[in-house]
Amino acid sequence: MIDLLGTHYNYLVFVALVGIGLYGVTASSNLVKKIIGLNIFQVGIFLFFVTSGYVDGAAPPVVGHGSGPYASPLPHVLILTAIVVGVSLTAVALALIVRIYDAYGTLDEEAIREVQLND
Amino acid sequence: MTDAIALLVVVPIVLALAPIAFGRLWGRTGWLAALVAAVTHLGLALVVAATVFATGRFTYAVGNYPPPFGIELVADGVSATLALLVSVVTLAVVAYARRAGPDTNEFYSGLLLLTAGISGVFVTGDLFNLYVFIEITGLATYALVATGRSPAAALSSLKYLLVGTIGASLYLLGVGYLYISTGTLNMADLAATIPEVGYDSPLILTGFGLIVVGLAVKAALFPLHTWQPDAYADSPDSVTAYISALVSTAAAYALFRVIYAVFTPAFDAAAPFALDALVILASVSVVVGSVLAVLQSDLKRMLAYSSVAQFGLIVAGFAVANATAVTGGLIHLVGHAIMKAGLFVGVGALAGVAGGRTVDDFDGIADRAPVTSAAFAALAFALVGVPPAVGFAGKWHIVLGAVEGGRWGVAGVAVVSTLLTLAYFARVVERMYFRDAPAQPAVDGTAESASDAALASDGGAELTDDDAASASSGISLEAKLIVVAAAVGAVVLGLFATDLVAVFEPVLEVYFE
Repeated sequence: MIDLLGTHYNYLVFVALVGIGLYGVTASSNLVKKIIGLNIFQVGIFLFFVTSGYVDGAAPPVVGHGSGPYASPLPHVLILTAIVVGVSLTAVALALIVRIYDAYGTLDEEAIREVQLND
Repeated sequence: MTDAIALLVVVPIVLALAPIAFGRLWGRTGWLAALVAAVTHLGLALVVAATVFATGRFTYAVGNYPPPFGIELVADGVSATLALLVSVVTLAVVAYARRAGPDTNEFYSGLLLLTAGISGVFVTGDLFNLYVFIEITGLATYALVATGRSPAAALSSLKYLLVGTIGASLYLLGVGYLYISTGTLNMADLAATIPEVGYDSPLILTGFGLIVVGLAVKAALFPLHTWQPDAYADSPDSVTAYISALVSTAAAYALFRVIYAVFTPAFDAAAPFALDALVILASVSVVVGSVLAVLQSDLKRMLAYSSVAQFGLIVAGFAVANATAVTGGLIHLVGHAIMKAGLFVGVGALAGVAGGRTVDDFDGIADRAPVTSAAFAALAFALVGVPPAVGFAGKWHIVLGAVEGGRWGVAGVAVVSTLLTLAYFARVVERMYFRDAPAQPAVDGTAESASDAALASDGGAELTDDDAASASSGISLEAKLIVVAAAVGAVVLGLFATDLVAVFEPVLEVYFE
């Protein structure tokens, strides 16, 4: 178990981040905190991809930079794309939050529900 | 035209920039750009379809990197049919939105981005590329839902964003599991390498589970549908028509590709419990979605829950895993898109006459809007599955395939869903035709929700333009034409269902070798 912690701690961090993120999305009634939770959740998944491309003691896959084994650059490239997607999502989410705050004057989900029921 | 398949995605994306770049110079840029993109898309889709029907398959290596290393775009009979569906629905919605709104440059930019995303989902042959297109689809959809003027629309959009992003991220995680175990992302290559890893490998099974759950969120299967009724109900009518026709369809199509192009029926033979679980999820979705639809009084919500049920049926068809049932699922996928888009446009148009969109508001509306009501009723019965409409052809193949595969549960659920679909549509049609209209048309009093108010104000603006047409029926010519065309399309597609089967057959033959 200790051995696992020492060698695979990056995977444990991935699981922890995904768990914390999901908890943040579901447990918080503040909409901004939900977005923060969503970001943590996504970062956990990014970490999983990036860590999978890492090989201990491997050379970068560039011609003239040592010989194999090489680290795989593909997961990193994929995650660069996924980060862009994540940033765009956060931007859209924050834009929506600005509109919601303008309309309801609060970002608390429970309070918004009460306002909606009173209307 | 070897680039036609890539241009299906590129043309809408590039034209989506035009309204932002030139919108200040000329206010109508958005509508024109959308129209040009839709017509071009139709032309490109026809080229792709012609090539596919002549040669069977259309592949394109993006950036000239050969396929398992680079991204591959692939079109076969299923992709080509769905690409054509995208063109037709886009054309209809662009025509409809000009009067029904939201007729702004930003709206058309969002619409074109969505068109590009959905087209990309239909033609990609790469799992990670599929994730990117799913997220483009998602982003554009969140923006479009928020074009509704009510604050509730923004809240629904945010809710959809939270749930949708978690779904897409789970899909990405599943793709990561498959990538780690096989080292490839190309669908055809994965189909060859997954058996080498072994279908019972925990990584492969977990990957399958994550991908299916992620896509089920996007396709709005119960109990992952919670975002969908709010998003459909709070969007403007043109947006609801578009996303109900195409967005969940794209997710269900992705599910079809993942199950058959990546995991192949051999996976079902090796790990039958995986698809068994999906059959159960889909069957529950059919029953619960239908029951919830019966309980709704708001018609847009009723149609939204109806989509939960219909997508349950489609996915059940995919999960039965024999050629007949999958054909049924695909036919219903195409048919549902046409029928549901027509129904949502119909509700939007009739609500303008009725002054509200609850079941009660539609009392006796057939007298005031006979043509649209008739087409709406025809579409309702088409979705119930009355022959010869396409709803019947789809359900018939699903039931037949379920019986062939010994899945009596799915056959039973399909029959029950037909009865429940009849239950929620019959009460609407009964009110439309056999009740008297309320004594005084309550146009002003009941325009409570903001989208209704928007509709009323748009209608008011139209009165000054051409009062003759609007004042007499209250329904724009475009809306009437679209609902009638959808009804005719549903029947014609049903009559030519055997041709549709012939189009899908070569694709499925490859999978069910």
